[in-house]
Amino acid sequence: MAEREQKKRTTPTRQDEVVEEEAVASAGQADKLKAELDELLDEIDEVLEENAEDFVRSYVQKGGQ
Amino acid sequence: MALPKVLGLETEYGIQQRGGGDSNPIAASSVLINAYVAQIRKVGWDFEDESPGNDARGYARDGALPPDIETHLVNAVLTNGARYYVDHAHPEYSSPECSDPRQVVLYDKAGERILAQSMIAASRTLPPGQDIVVYKNNSDGKGNSYGTHENYLMDRSVPFARVVQHVMPHFVTRQIYCGAGKVGTEASSTGGVDVTFQLSSRADFFEEEVGLETTLKRPIVNTRDEPHADAQKYRRLHVIVGDANLAEVATYLKVGVTSIILSMIEDDWFGDRDFTLAAPVQAIRQVSYDLSLTKPLPLAAGGTITALQLQWELFDLARKYAEDRGLASVGEDVGQDVMRRWEAVLNGLETDPMSLATQLDWVGKFRLLDGYRERHGLSWTDPRLAAMDLQYHDVRPERSLFAKLAMERIVTEEEVQEAITEPPPTTRAYFRGKCLQRWGSAIAAANWDSLVFDLGSEPLRRIPMMEPLRGTAELVDRLLEGCTSPAQLVERLEDAHRRQ
Repeated sequence: MAEREQKKRTTPTRQDEVVEEEAVASAGQADKLKAELDELLDEIDEVLEENAEDFVRSYVQKGGQ
Repeated sequence: MALPKVLGLETEYGIQQRGGGDSNPIAASSVLINAYVAQIRKVGWDFEDESPGNDARGYARDGALPPDIETHLVNAVLTNGARYYVDHAHPEYSSPECSDPRQVVLYDKAGERILAQSMIAASRTLPPGQDIVVYKNNSDGKGNSYGTHENYLMDRSVPFARVVQHVMPHFVTRQIYCGAGKVGTEASSTGGVDVTFQLSSRADFFEEEVGLETTLKRPIVNTRDEPHADAQKYRRLHVIVGDANLAEVATYLKVGVTSIILSMIEDDWFGDRDFTLAAPVQAIRQVSYDLSLTKPLPLAAGGTITALQLQWELFDLARKYAEDRGLASVGEDVGQDVMRRWEAVLNGLETDPMSLATQLDWVGKFRLLDGYRERHGLSWTDPRLAAMDLQYHDVRPERSLFAKLAMERIVTEEEVQEAITEPPPTTRAYFRGKCLQRWGSAIAAANWDSLVFDLGSEPLRRIPMMEPLRGTAELVDRLLEGCTSPAQLVERLEDAHRRQ
């Protein structure tokens, strides 16, 4: 229980510098994720269905369970 | 004591034949499956014991579900113990019976590989320029939905009303981690909410709380009472409210957490705790439409709770249950691992849902589509985003957007490749699969709870398999190894039965 409470809620009692360090780390992490996403978006451009509108319109299914 | 949660997943795949004029989904599904099984002798499915009209609330409605002849065109049983067939104009893969949530992930993934192989096999039989493509999703974006169903073995003696009471709030809220995500909405009304992207692909299609139907007026809790096992002892909870997941962590949590909740219900662990929602049908959509995960849901007893808070309450109850009773019914170590993942994912959803982009389908899909939308300055109604949503579920590895996300895995690809042909060793699927491997040509028909042998002399011999945890490698390997022919196997089984 205690462990989860700690992880769940940001504790206001923490020292400022710790919080700052975490903020820097998470900003670095965010940049990294953004760069990865950009790379991924470049990559998928090559596999995307060519005519999105036709592709979506022609995908018609019979209902099932 | 909670029963071991023997479980399985059935998936109806979306299908489209391309390059040949109008696509007939039933014909295309048949071509697809026949192409796959062409290399093995097809064993037919035996319908004698099927009664999908029986209701868990205690009655059978004659004619409630009329037999649909066209759905029974192609029916195959695979050597991994799965059933692969045409159902409601879709190819459907029903995993073999599994003994824990991790094994379900394995056999569900093996199903995707089987469908991918089927597409390649089908393309060889079609005229040049034509192909068949399948999608592991739940709707066509135009209001037509098809299902991904879970099945769990339960103790018959547990009052069904208790199952409904406690499983309903879970089914309404679990979509925060097992939703597959969807662009827009297919509901006729959203209560004035502008839905650009939602957590679940199926939530739009649920109109009742409890009922027998699966294709119209879909209920959150389905009452089909067809145990495919000893009906005096067991029921099979048939769950139709889930999404088709590609992310292994999402599948793992979907079936893992649900198995734990069902064990808690069997052991009457909820006691006086009651999370009954005032309006579950409204709530399931509200949860799906709320990407902020903060929408308060009215409780029947008064007050409100968010989906995330409700999952935390269930988690806390489950943790005490696991400490007190253990999780032997969910594979003990696997059950404990599900608990760890469940907690980590709830923490992630609380602090930063996007941190789960490599674990959960809805998050991974949202992040990809939202990134694309921002890069190109698109509105959420742009067909390019709907196209990407569909292509996320493309089962061909080279076209699948899901495959590009490099999601976290629960099982290894080596295990998946083996599960394409090898049955799980820990359930009756083992006996089914091994008999098919060794003596497929002598098996006239198969069902979940029986095998029918054709030994060349009348009559056909039916071997009942009413216990899902009999027929395991541990129990039958020596018997199987000691038999040189199917006739010998049948003789020994019948002898053993007579001596009982």
